[in-house]
Amino acid sequence: MDFKQKLQQAATSKDFDALLQLVPYAQFIGMECERYGDEMVFRLPAKEENIGNPMLPALHGGVMAGFMEMSAIIQLMVMMQTPRVPKIVDFSIDYLRAGLLRDTFCECIITRQGRRVANVNISIWQSSRKQPIATARAHFLLE
Amino acid sequence: MALPNRGEIPLTGYAQRFVDQLAQCRTLGIRTVEASERHIILELPYQTRIIGYPDTGVIHGGVITTLADTACGAVVVCALRHATGNVELSPTLDLRVDYMMAAKPEQPVFCYAECHKLTSAIAFVRAIVYQDDINNPVAQAVGSFMRIGPELVTEQFRKDMEGG
Repeated sequence: MDFKQKLQQAATSKDFDALLQLVPYAQFIGMECERYGDEMVFRLPAKEENIGNPMLPALHGGVMAGFMEMSAIIQLMVMMQTPRVPKIVDFSIDYLRAGLLRDTFCECIITRQGRRVANVNISIWQSSRKQPIATARAHFLLE
Repeated sequence: MALPNRGEIPLTGYAQRFVDQLAQCRTLGIRTVEASERHIILELPYQTRIIGYPDTGVIHGGVITTLADTACGAVVVCALRHATGNVELSPTLDLRVDYMMAAKPEQPVFCYAECHKLTSAIAFVRAIVYQDDINNPVAQAVGSFMRIGPELVTEQFRKDMEGG
């Protein structure tokens, strides 16, 4: 089975972990996905290599952004049941609290999806969903 | 591309010591090409484990963001060093990245960042991510960073930054 077929199969069977396995960067930061019924939550387990600030220690802001971007990509692919990986157009992140060396969770809300462009709101948290450590909005080109 | 003699750019070593403090940047092998109180250039080597688009080998946008965030944070640290003489850190408040084109596989990616305004509370930064031509960028970024003062820097971190 070639790569496109694997992606297609993972997207149509809503097998998020299989999709994550296919993307080296998702493995590099160590992200996972958990499904609770129809709802999905992405998880980034605490990992030393993902640290930015060594004094707190805190997650690198870029890793948080990468985790959020990858979560949005997976969610879009599954929603559209497509093997095409959406292309990121822009990504704007607000850092709200330090991301400590703990498990981090991500939720994406696809706010608008036109024929070519999707707007996604993304938020990540650690101890409580009501206290996000960062929020972001991003545009993706679907093609 | 003719780069100035690295020895003449005064904060290059200081910036590299900052980058080396960040575990994610050590893992990625990010290197400081040059740094002054106003600008920095970082280099990220190509590697297959950061691929985001496996069918083409293009690296993930998240790594571009990591590179831009690191360059912006490092140039603020350099600007603060020059302005105050202190080792001072400043966390990112916000960062916006526009992705103009995919980075070419098998080639390093560079990020040029400049701190164009430093106030008593905030540092404003912009950055360009590019490969062979800065006028044909892969991405551009703009961000703001909050100053938290030198008191929050631990003695160990200060020593590591001074390169004693």
